[in-house]
Amino acid sequence: MAYLTLVIGVILVAFPVYIAIMASTFDTATIINGNMPLTPGDQTLENYSRALFYGGKTAREPVMGMMINSLIVALGIAFGKILISILSAYAVVYFKFPFRKTAFWVIFITLMLPVEVRIYPTYKIVADLGLLDTYSGLVLPLIASATGTLLFRQFFMTIPEELLEASKIDGAGAFRFFKDTLLPLSMTTIAALFVIQFIYGWNQYLWPLLITTKSSMQTIVIGIKKMITTTDALTEWNIAMTTAVLAMIPPVLVVIFMQRLFVKGLVETEK
Amino acid sequence: MAGVTLDTVRKIYSGNVEAVKGVSLGIEDGSFCVLVGPSGCGKSTLLRMIAGLETISDGEVKIGDRVVNQVEPADRDIAMVFQNYALYPHMSVYDNMAYGLKNRKTPKDEIETRVKEAARILAIEPFLDRKPRALSGGQRQRVAMGRAIVRKPQVFLFDEPLSNLDAKLRVQMRVEIKRLQKALGVTSIYVTHDQVEAMTLSDKLVVMSSGQIEQVGSPSEVYRRPETRFVATFIGSPPMNILPGKVEGPGRVSVGGQSIAVTDMRDGLTPGSAIEVGLRPEDVQAGGVGSSSLSMDVDFVEELGATQLFHGKVAGADFVVQASTGQIPADTRKLALAVDPANVHLFDPQTTKRLGRV
Repeated sequence: MAYLTLVIGVILVAFPVYIAIMASTFDTATIINGNMPLTPGDQTLENYSRALFYGGKTAREPVMGMMINSLIVALGIAFGKILISILSAYAVVYFKFPFRKTAFWVIFITLMLPVEVRIYPTYKIVADLGLLDTYSGLVLPLIASATGTLLFRQFFMTIPEELLEASKIDGAGAFRFFKDTLLPLSMTTIAALFVIQFIYGWNQYLWPLLITTKSSMQTIVIGIKKMITTTDALTEWNIAMTTAVLAMIPPVLVVIFMQRLFVKGLVETEK
Repeated sequence: MAGVTLDTVRKIYSGNVEAVKGVSLGIEDGSFCVLVGPSGCGKSTLLRMIAGLETISDGEVKIGDRVVNQVEPADRDIAMVFQNYALYPHMSVYDNMAYGLKNRKTPKDEIETRVKEAARILAIEPFLDRKPRALSGGQRQRVAMGRAIVRKPQVFLFDEPLSNLDAKLRVQMRVEIKRLQKALGVTSIYVTHDQVEAMTLSDKLVVMSSGQIEQVGSPSEVYRRPETRFVATFIGSPPMNILPGKVEGPGRVSVGGQSIAVTDMRDGLTPGSAIEVGLRPEDVQAGGVGSSSLSMDVDFVEELGATQLFHGKVAGADFVVQASTGQIPADTRKLALAVDPANVHLFDPQTTKRLGRV
């Protein structure tokens, strides 16, 4: 019974994805007819090569370029966030400085202000800095992360104090302790955060929509959106679906690859 | 090698909590000094101040001839073994031991010789490539000690290193630590709350209570001639019995109407004044009736195998007598206790100080 429920659930969730994959194998006419079969069609190669290297009629930009843009943005956000949050958590946990608590709470409060809320001031700043239509403009505003800082802080608090003291006696300074002890122990947390933030960055919609105007700077999510909303022509559903399938691949790969690291990390953790 | 000198060392935490209240102590080069006391007595704080992990609020800590108050832990030429071992979980045993030397830019082949040598002494050679989590508690303990040995420090500091081990292993490691310290001849300071560990390991025993030193001496001195009632009841197991008594005259006190002769008694005590009489459970002879004897009502008997502990009351106070098994029938309800005058300890009820000959 439990399995049955599970199977039904999986089918419900997976079916639209299946449809998308199937739709990427037919030509536009078949899909628009409304008689699209549930078995693969014969337009697979054509659709994918056209999408990758030419693009749709409305978004005349090869999906390959969009994917590279998305990849740069997602990687930039993921690595940037990890770097910033691990360093700020290190400072908050291991250094005594005035207003340490305040600093932590200020970081914590920003959790309540997602991108959408602070979007206008952020746009203004990015525009004034001349970062519209640049990778820096796409990445930098999304890097500051309270979630990451919080995650690392909680993890650092579980590391026994004696490890720091042993390091001190072993002659390791603040940076050595970070590099030789904290960083290797944080690998699992870093992997987890990387997966979350990569997908977060890859799926960004509103921010790239606002600050990119050149089609060469489009990310793939924007590209799909542009392909679907057409005013003067038929929507090329086959190309849109092909792009959607292509957009799914990198996050899936990241999850699959990182899962290994996860499991390894979990096994390696001290009891 | 170097000795360690503490001069009125204080530790005051924020909120004016004084954890260590002006401790002065000289630890000779090459000796094994044990700081013992109940939890919260400041012994660990004192050790951590010597290590440089706590700041020193007042006073002076010297290692050899050098005042180290402002010296970083790494530059104090000490090594420390922690209670939970504090091994780096992501490093192999070899790297754990080599880490401190690497940070000091010791040449690679020198590191290798030292680590191999330490591993040989501690019999952990087969585990050098393993991670700490693949080791048992006793093996981890050895690695932690290996990490200390390879540094060839002036002073070893041990912070309750055996309290995470099971009872059998603890006894075994205790012997090994003692043997190792004798072989290496390095000044060692060892903190424990376990009085058996303290007695067996130390050349110099320091009993602490509420941030102060109660008594310093060799283990046998501290056992035979405790300076305060606290030391008397803390060192020795089962603890010393304390009975309320009265001064009768020079060399004589009375307990519950019985007169007892005392060898070590201060002159000039006012007859009739109250006094506390301490008797160790192993020092009273059950069954013997002599000039100085007490009578005891037995409540129950604890069997320890080789010995039996008779619990009961003497003159209204709780009393324990230790006797070899079979010496006294276990169903005895009343015991006559003979007391050797040399084994009676007297304490001032107000100051709790020993009232022995000056």
